[in-house]
Amino acid sequence: MGDEGQRTGPGTVAVRAWAGVVLVFLLAPVLIILVVSFSAADYLTFPPPGLSLRWYRRFFGVPSWRQAIGVSVQVASLTMVFATGLGLLAALALVRGRFRRKGLVYALLLSPAIVPTVITAIALYFFFVRLKATGSILAMALGHTVLALPVVVIIIAATLQGFDVRYEQAALSLGASRLTALRRITLPLIAPGVLSAALFAFLTSFDELLIPLFLSGVEVQTLTVRIWNSLQLEVDPTIAAVSSFLIGVTTAVLGASAFLRRRGETAGG
Amino acid sequence: MARSPERQERWRSLLLLGPALVVLGAFFVYPLFGILTRSVYKAGYTLDAYRQIVRVPVYLTVFGLTFRTAALVTLCCLLLGYPLAYVLVSVRPRRARLLTIVVVLPFFTSIIVRTYAWMVLLGRNGLVNQWLVALGLAPAPLPLLYNQAGVLVGMTYVLLPFMVLTLFSVMRGIDPALVRAAHSLGASRAQAFVRVFLPLSWPGIAGGTLLVFILALGFFITPALMGGPSDIMIAMLIEREVEITLNWSFASALAVILLALTLAGFALYSRAVRLERVFEGGTT
Repeated sequence: MGDEGQRTGPGTVAVRAWAGVVLVFLLAPVLIILVVSFSAADYLTFPPPGLSLRWYRRFFGVPSWRQAIGVSVQVASLTMVFATGLGLLAALALVRGRFRRKGLVYALLLSPAIVPTVITAIALYFFFVRLKATGSILAMALGHTVLALPVVVIIIAATLQGFDVRYEQAALSLGASRLTALRRITLPLIAPGVLSAALFAFLTSFDELLIPLFLSGVEVQTLTVRIWNSLQLEVDPTIAAVSSFLIGVTTAVLGASAFLRRRGETAGG
Repeated sequence: MARSPERQERWRSLLLLGPALVVLGAFFVYPLFGILTRSVYKAGYTLDAYRQIVRVPVYLTVFGLTFRTAALVTLCCLLLGYPLAYVLVSVRPRRARLLTIVVVLPFFTSIIVRTYAWMVLLGRNGLVNQWLVALGLAPAPLPLLYNQAGVLVGMTYVLLPFMVLTLFSVMRGIDPALVRAAHSLGASRAQAFVRVFLPLSWPGIAGGTLLVFILALGFFITPALMGGPSDIMIAMLIEREVEITLNWSFASALAVILLALTLAGFALYSRAVRLERVFEGGTT
């Protein structure tokens, strides 16, 4: 706490060393998978004896994997559109609006993050079986919209809270209607936060296994379901390439949202 | 006074919340109620499914195992997470941001990818065993996967970021001047930590422990892939009853119990920490 270097006793050194070990524990598995995915060997070994793109060639070359990418992208894109739209409106009401039982509404919007996903998944499975809608992209996207709403609401609400209301009040006092003020002032200023929320909604869906595990049919499988099915049989090195692809998507979303946040900070004041 | 500004304001809020509430109602709340009815209705109202859970010893064993696993995972997360969170708030902000990425990257990586990574590491011919044998630390590959140990490592790995981010969100709010004041009054580093910092970080410990525990109770993917035949947790039992046994009312009863436990735990959690703070630490 502001006294670095001065009085680093043996206790501090031990705590820092332990924290370092924990950081390695967190990062190493991800890094090892990335490295192993470029291995030239037939089985997984680290360090790899040589580098090649063979597992990526198999991943992008086999039709069933390619189809799975397509399904995942469709489900995640729909989820992103639904969750961002619904979450933006709800966040505007939660931060700006005045109504009773706000805490309860907020808790309801965040509750899908707490309810075990297995339960949400089987509940939706029973629900969509009755509608004969399992195996549908839309059904999976609606399930993921529910799961993505908490993240979207949290990010956009935080952005709105950091935004100076006086910009909006200035527009209103100059004669702009509520809608004009929202469209011309508020939305452009919170756009980075909204975009970042949209990316996290996409990621939530892209990474999620359980909803599509129950809702997808034999023909329509997401990437995560395809990984799950393959892991039931063996630890196939192709999965290392698929996993690295998913880690890449996560990294891209985190990077983009960090970039957007910095943009938002300079624009929003 | 039908058009009072307050009332207009309330309508505007309702209009904005409407779409989200309708979707949540139709695709979350209503299906969950469907589970509740299914658990007590099978050609007439009955509590048979619940009676079965209490009567058959195997099911109680699964509940016991689930609680034990969740408790052990929570303990591991606390032991690993507290020192890390402490270091994150005590280093310079720039370095803290860099180190936070190491916590956040796994946090937002797919659970199945993280589980696969540990399967690669812990398998019979996995990397850890390759290293152990090559270094002469083990004469033959050790059984690290498809047993309780594998489940503990995998679940601790997946849940650790929740613990660290919860602790971090609380510790960040502790005024460093308080610790400095303790020093200036003659407290040693250890004393200042135990008497000042540790009590102030208590909401983080309580919140992180509860959050990890309730999330662990409902875990499915990691124990299903990394556990052995006897490492069955409640969520796996539910999946089996739905997919294999096709006993949906029994699966629903299990789900209702798990849901009740989770919500009770979360009610306690929200007294200690606000959930959005945890996610904000990870996303903004």
